[in-house]
Order: sequence, then structure tokens, then C-alpha cells
Amino acid sequence: MKHTISILAASATLGAAQAAMAQTEVEFWHAFTGRLGELVAEQVDTFNAAQSDYKVVASHKGNYSETLNAGIAAFRAGEQPDILMVFEVGTATMMAAKGAVKPVHEVMAAAGADFDQSKYIGSVKGYYTSPDGNMLSLPFNSSTPVLWVNRDKLSEAGIDPDIDLTTWERVGAALDDLKAAGVDCPLTTAWQSWVHLENFSAYHNTPFATMENGFAGTDTELAFNGPAQVTHIGAMGEWAKDGKFIYAGRRNEGGANFRAGECAFFTESSAGYAGINAEAEFDFEVRPLPYWEALVSEPQNTIIGGASLWVMEGQGDEEYKGVAAYLNFLSSPEIQAKWHQDTGYLPITAEAGDLTRSQGFYEANPGTDVAVIQMTAKEPTANSKGLRLGSFDQIRGIIDEELEAVWSGDKDAQAALDSAVERGNVLLRRFEQASR
Amino acid sequence: MEKRVKFKGIWLPILLVLPQILITAVFFFYPAGQAIWQSLFIPDPFGLSMQWVGLGNFEFLLSDRYYRASFVTTAVFSILVTVVSMGVALYLAVLADRLVRGSGTYRTLLIWPYAVAPAVAGVLWLFMFNTRVGVVTWYLGLLGYDWNHVLNEGEAMGLVVIASAWGRISYNFLFFLAGLQAIPRSVIEAAAIDGAHFWTRFRTIVFPLLSPTTFFLLVVNIIYSFFETFGVIHTITSGGPQQATTILVYKVYSDGFVGQDLGSSAAQSVILLAIVSLLTVVQFKYIERRVHY
Repeated sequence: MKHTISILAASATLGAAQAAMAQTEVEFWHAFTGRLGELVAEQVDTFNAAQSDYKVVASHKGNYSETLNAGIAAFRAGEQPDILMVFEVGTATMMAAKGAVKPVHEVMAAAGADFDQSKYIGSVKGYYTSPDGNMLSLPFNSSTPVLWVNRDKLSEAGIDPDIDLTTWERVGAALDDLKAAGVDCPLTTAWQSWVHLENFSAYHNTPFATMENGFAGTDTELAFNGPAQVTHIGAMGEWAKDGKFIYAGRRNEGGANFRAGECAFFTESSAGYAGINAEAEFDFEVRPLPYWEALVSEPQNTIIGGASLWVMEGQGDEEYKGVAAYLNFLSSPEIQAKWHQDTGYLPITAEAGDLTRSQGFYEANPGTDVAVIQMTAKEPTANSKGLRLGSFDQIRGIIDEELEAVWSGDKDAQAALDSAVERGNVLLRRFEQASR
Repeated sequence: MEKRVKFKGIWLPILLVLPQILITAVFFFYPAGQAIWQSLFIPDPFGLSMQWVGLGNFEFLLSDRYYRASFVTTAVFSILVTVVSMGVALYLAVLADRLVRGSGTYRTLLIWPYAVAPAVAGVLWLFMFNTRVGVVTWYLGLLGYDWNHVLNEGEAMGLVVIASAWGRISYNFLFFLAGLQAIPRSVIEAAAIDGAHFWTRFRTIVFPLLSPTTFFLLVVNIIYSFFETFGVIHTITSGGPQQATTILVYKVYSDGFVGQDLGSSAAQSVILLAIVSLLTVVQFKYIERRVHY
């Protein structure tokens, strides 16, 4: 931060006692409000109180898209923060911005900080690592989709709440029974593209895009119109037509329906835990995301959603040391374990997961480890490391539009996915050209 | 008898219009020039590099059938918003004009919605029509109608039109009422004595005499529906379902701020600028001829 010196100068002229302990300010822009915003502030306060060399100043800059845009605008004006929170779909944009971002592993090395990259959970950090295995940004909040179940709704419909729901075949049969019993909302979802195409593809070990989902280069093309995805979206389309799958909106609008106790099943992020736990006045349960038995004998791992912290170029060495200290602080087992338990986000290091287990959290809160197991049970393949696609936020918009055409019965699954792939590829080519 | 002030010399008049020129230059010519310049490049989001593509961005846009479809959506949306907001406002103004008592209260109440920001208006309407907890949705359900603007394209368009037109009715109402009150009573009374009924008087006297106001409102409302309805669309539908409510200005936002494709976004701004200039020229050249001042 460019104003640090003048602020220090001002405090020195005022004869303030703090002048003796010259603090370096580290500016951190994030996208969290409400409970999550409070937890971020708590982390910052803990860090600031624990040492006196650096002072982290956190600012909320709007939602994920707005925070990214604020960071971009600030960089263009030469006023960028030290740390910028960017959601996972912005990863390719940030990676392409060489000269605007400083890879985390370089920041750590330059600051001489202790940084063991093997401590971080593979399927979490994989989304944010370079092809040679170095971490480019630090995962901050990561979650993965799971199946939320309203057990009371199942009982009311005369279904055993402990029924096996590991496969979509079994879920489909349960949906038939729920509909027959007069349940208005058997299944709803949040983030349809993320759950039912992106994670679906990884979970069934099928490519979402060519070139290892974009990890191997920007000349990637979308590939989610394959038979596996068409099977799933086709089945969802049938359920929508029969009133078994209720579409509530492009974001997490379906959450309101589920938390109010109207829906039996809900596919949503594991981080929905805090909200559901606070609001649901019924017996709920977390189950692993179902898979199609007809397609795979057992599922691969799911991929993450959420955001990571990027370090911006153009700051002084002292500030980068402060950044390194803060990122290391965030990665420490105690802070990570607390974050994981408070929010339902995944721990970013194995140590934090172990600490949480040894504290007895998973036993006291059954189901909170489902997401962790689902993410880490298998070593990720080229199809399940994550996605690295340019303009991906906008491509998700296209996918939303085409899926809406399936839910409303305007298009069949194959036609809609073909169209989404074709339209998305145009944007990928634009991105490839822009980042050349 | 005209009275004109004549300035001696040139410097004083220049000095007097200078503030206006400066403001226009800083807030209009400079950004518009920047948009035109940027539309010729594909820049990366962070401004680290720029590639000259000439008219490539325009080719890219116009070859996209979804972008072309957005023109139709915008036309439908603008016409509906303009017709609904002006029609209702004229009807209310005619009623208010005939009121003898309580017209002050009536007028004040009608002006209120204008004070509500488009985004807030969007949220208010969204709550009423929320597919799960909306009051209107609930009543429609009692009547056996299943309202679902989340998937039904026609209903989504209807909802954004109502939400956009609603706040605008107040503004139009004010102008229509002022226009009606400026019509000389004697003309209307003379017609009444000749036996013309209310509807005949409205059609042959009031409406033609109101035409300058109507014309002004037509221009202003079309420009409003092109640009200022962004907040309503963003809060209610985000352009969906599918692309049913993606108007041109929403696509500028989505390409520029969601896709970080500033080249395409700038090119779309230039196209919008051209459309609005063209519309205004057409309106002044052809429609104004039929306006009686």
C-alpha cells in the first residue's frame, strides 16, 4: 500500500507512541458478508493481535464477481490490494494475467517463509496449482456438492429415512414414491451447472472439457455433451416434467425451499451447513452426492467450488513478507480447523482435518465429514482435478440458459448441451485470443 | 415581438457556454470516444495487453444469433414498457384532471413510486411474484393459475415490463397532467356546447393538443427502457429464463463485468449509441412533424 508511509509519517508527527512499532499494512479484499464476513474479521483480528509487525486490513468489495471487478479496476488504476479473493471460476482469468498476479509459491519463497506445499489437500489445492505442481493461489473457502435429505419428509411419505440413496437410480425410485405420496417438491438444487454438470463429470470420471479440463492449455474445448451428461440431464428433464424436480433458480434459490421444509432432497454445497443447521426445523441429514450405477461402478471424487486468495503484483518486499505471514497463519491447523467447523467449508490441509477429528467434531456433528471423504477418497484424475476455463462465469450463464430450456421442456438434453458447448466454445476462443 | 440580447464580441458568450461544453466533453465525449476506441481492440482484463482487431468485435457480435435475438427482445421490451407506462399514466391523468376535490392527495400518492429506485422496485415486484412465497403467486394459485416466471419466458417478460413501467407511470403522469391543465377550457367547453361527448372531445381536441407532451414522453421513455431498466432486469430475472429478458444493455453488463470481455462490451456500447442516435433522429424527423405545438 502506497499510503502506508504517509500514514506513518502523520502518526509520527502527531508524536504517537505507535511510531516506534512501525507496522506494515496488508490490504485484503474479500467477498464475504453476514456470518462469513464476521468470521473473516475474526481471523484478521486474531492475526493482528498475535504479532506487531504487520496489520491486515480487510475490506468487503461486494459479491464474488464484484470483488474480482474491483480488483481488476484497482490494478488498472495502480491501486491494487495485496491480497484479492477470487472465486474458483475466475482462476483461468487470474492465471492468464501474468504481470498482475504473483504466484503464492514465489511470494513464500521470496519472503523466506516456511511453505510445505505437500501439507495441502491435493483435490483442494489442485484447482489452483500450475502444471508443474506449484501453488498459484491459496485456497480460502472450498466446498463440494452433497445431497441434503429432509428425513421427516421421507417418513411422512412412508419411506424409511435410512433408505440407500447412493445412486441416482435409487434416488429416482424414491422420487417416484415421494410424488405418489403427494410431496410437492421431491428434489430441488442450487448451482445447477456446478452440481449437475461440472461435478457430475468429475464424479463420473468424464471430461468436462478437452485438454484435461483446460489444465493443459487454453486451446481447450467444452466436452460436456457426451453420453454420460446427456443421460443425467435427460433424467433430470424427465423429473422436471413430472414435477419431481423443482427448479427454483440459477443460484441457490432452492435453498429457501429446502430450509422451509418443503423439499425432500436438495443438491447443494456442503457449505450450506451453517444456514440449514440454523433454519431447518426438521430432521436433516447429509449424504454423499449420488452417482449413476449404470455409468460407473463407483464414483471418482467431486471437485471444489469457492474462492482462493491471489497475491497482486506491484507491492513492496515488506508487504509481501506480511502477506506470506498472513497466508501461513490462515493455513495453520488451529485456524483452519476452526474455519472448517464454523463454516462447513473444507479444511485446506490434512492436519486441520485430523485436528477436527481428534476434537470429536465429526462425531458430535454427523455428516460434516461426508464432503471431506467424498473429495479425498480417491486420487484425482485428469477429469477430476478441477476446471480451468476462461470466461467461465459467463459460460455458466450459457449453461444455465440451456438447462432452463430442458427443465421447461423446450429442448431435449442432447440439443441443449450441444448448443451450450457450441456457444461456450466461442467464448473460449475469445479468451484464448485475449490472453495470447 | 421578439426581444433578443445581443452580445458584443465573442469571448463573453464562449465563457458562458463553456461550463456546459466542459461538462459534456468530460462526461460524454470523452467516455464515448473511449468506448469507440476500445471497441477496436481485444484487451485482456487487467489492461496488460491489447490486440488491434479493427471491426472484429462487431463481426463477432453480429454473427452471434443470440446477440441478434437480443435486438428483438429489446424492441419488444421497450415498446411494451413505453406503451404500458404512457397509457396508464394518460388514463390516470385524465381522471385526475376531472377531479374537483382531493386532486392534491391523488396526485401526491401517484408521484410516490417515482422515488423508488429501479433495483428496489425490482425487488418489491419480485417478492410479490416470488414463485414460492409471493402474494400474487398465491392468489393466482387460488384461481388455478400456476405462476412460474423462473421457467416461463412470457411471464418473465411480463413481470420485468410491469416492474419497469410502474415507477415510470408517476413521471409520465406528472407531464400528462400538466399538459392537460394547459389546454384552454374554452376550447373544450365550446365543443361540449356543440354536443361533442367526452370521448369525441378527447380524440379530436385533447389528444392532438397534448401531442407535444406525448412526443417528449415517447422519446424519454424509449431511452429509459433502453438504459435505465438494468436494475430491474438484474434483480428479477438476470436476463433469463433462457434469454427471454436479455436486453442489449444487460448483455453489455454481462460481457463486460461477468465475462471481462471489454472489447465486445465496448463494441456493444457503440452499437447502442448508434441505435439511440438513430431513434432520436427518426423521432424528431418523422414523428415531430405530426406534433402540433
